[in-house]
Amino acid sequence: MLDKQAEKRKNLISLAAVLAFLALVLVLDQVIKPTGKLYMLLTVLQKGSVYALAAVSMNLLNGFTGLFSLGHAGFMLIGAYTYAIFSIPSDARDSVYQYFDAAVRVSLPETLGNALGGFGTALGVLLAVLLAGLVAAAFAYLIGLPVLRLKSDYLAIATLGFAEIIRAIFQWKKLGPVTNGSNLLKNFARCSTFKLELGSVTLSLSTFVPVLIATVCITLIVLLVNSTYGRAFKAIRDDEVAAEAMGINLAKHKMLAFCTSCFFAGVSGATMAMVLSIAQANNFKSAMTYEILLMVVLGGIGSISGSVIGAMLFISASEWWLRGLDSGSFLGINAPTVFRNGFRLVVFSVIIMIVVLFFRKGIMGDRELPEVLGGLFRRKEKKAKEAADHE
Amino acid sequence: MLKIENLQVAYGGIQALRGIDLEVPDGKIVTLIGANGAGKSTTLRTISGLVKAHAGSITYDGTELLGKPINAVLEAGIAQVPEGRRVFANLSVLENLRVGAYLRRDKAEIEKDLQWVYELFPRLQERSWQLAGTLSGGEQQMLAVGRGLMSRPKVLMMDEPSLGLAPLVVQGIFDIIREINRQGVTILLIEQNANMALKIADLAYVLETGRITMRGTGAELLADESVKEAYLGKKKK
Repeated sequence: MLDKQAEKRKNLISLAAVLAFLALVLVLDQVIKPTGKLYMLLTVLQKGSVYALAAVSMNLLNGFTGLFSLGHAGFMLIGAYTYAIFSIPSDARDSVYQYFDAAVRVSLPETLGNALGGFGTALGVLLAVLLAGLVAAAFAYLIGLPVLRLKSDYLAIATLGFAEIIRAIFQWKKLGPVTNGSNLLKNFARCSTFKLELGSVTLSLSTFVPVLIATVCITLIVLLVNSTYGRAFKAIRDDEVAAEAMGINLAKHKMLAFCTSCFFAGVSGATMAMVLSIAQANNFKSAMTYEILLMVVLGGIGSISGSVIGAMLFISASEWWLRGLDSGSFLGINAPTVFRNGFRLVVFSVIIMIVVLFFRKGIMGDRELPEVLGGLFRRKEKKAKEAADHE
Repeated sequence: MLKIENLQVAYGGIQALRGIDLEVPDGKIVTLIGANGAGKSTTLRTISGLVKAHAGSITYDGTELLGKPINAVLEAGIAQVPEGRRVFANLSVLENLRVGAYLRRDKAEIEKDLQWVYELFPRLQERSWQLAGTLSGGEQQMLAVGRGLMSRPKVLMMDEPSLGLAPLVVQGIFDIIREINRQGVTILLIEQNANMALKIADLAYVLETGRITMRGTGAELLADESVKEAYLGKKKK
């Protein structure tokens, strides 16, 4: 009984923390102007939430189910393209598909926006994002049928190959009417245009929307991981034979984990298109998968909050904190001969090596943030009590 | 009653079971002893549906189980404790037990059975938040047995529960097996430690290279000269 109450309280605190964070982002979105010094913070939040969702969805597969897949960039690409194709408004379509005759002539935000007004546009964007996830999951199902029979390294190679093939296919000229060949897709509903008009006040939602999407999706993944299904995934990861003996259908659960993970990868791809305002197959190289894998490993394999922290730190460092290393001055040191293009990556790699050396199991290991904070709090309490006992 | 007739299993060209007949009456402890490679584990894995047979029948209370998927066998009331414990090392003790109840949807009853397992193994309750991988060998075996019980089986099949455990710990495990049986669970026990197994068995079978060569009560086989020589390490005088 006591456990249940404590659990309830913990869940309430987590929920409050998440809501407070969302509110804070909404406020920051209004306060920080594009010309302001802290504008980088918004960029980091936007990109960070995209990568956080991608990292968490990869962790669901690699960390919780024990399926080592490296096809994430491919599924994100599918998501980004699906979202872009279905949300290009009709008047921009011909200028985007300048060399082809556009095959998809539906724009979800536009159609629903015309029918239902502003609410319809939002609904259209939401539907396009869901569709992006579903298409990615459908591809995952088809690919999963043959490749999920493979284990460890072989699965990684097969999924990596799949992602590269997808990238090549999406740039294929014959598919131009759908994917615009090797040209980029643009002018679709994107973050910088998201606004909420309340009477005379206009709220900018350009950072809030990607953060909200990531938060909702990550919450869903947390719920999944803590459900019976999540327990079955972890059981499969730890011991397939024993899991099978407990009546867990291995093929079914692996497929479920794979499709769910790829659904969220698709959503994160769609969000990425929203944030970057473009969708281009060349952005989704295998290097992107490795970056995401790095975030998962840095944060701790098997820790969801770890993946989020890993992604946010990674994006902050590479996009913001270490920028100066490429442009001449860093932390007030002016050394244009050393701090030039490419030096940032050198320092970044060294930092990552140091982090991995000192945190063998990633920053969080396989623990979650509430646990770690709770532990710190308890330790402080204990110390205070010991100090009191001494006196 | 679990009844096995003329069960034949082959791995590729190698015949592992050459037509065995076995009866496991309700409420009894039945043991299957034999040397390495005799086919003991194969028998158990075939019953639970992990290995396909090419002839024979396995019935429980008249229902054919051969060819059914694993979850159907579990739902019919036959669970197994796999060889070598195989606990989920990165899950807590409590989570391991909950995975054992994976196919069940009756939440209130699961909680009751959880309490039952904790009463059988107070040590597991003390360690319910500990990761299973950090338990000692004996505790892991307790957890494996408890996990098997969480599906609330009518028949619990155990594959070598004494494997790699100190003699004193083995004694504890066998005491528990007897206690579980006293509470109404039929036990099919597979053991290399023939001496211990025969002491608690109501009915025992000797398996040799895929054939049943002997059957009798545990006491009968314990007294049998050839069993003594082959499995108990006692020379004929």
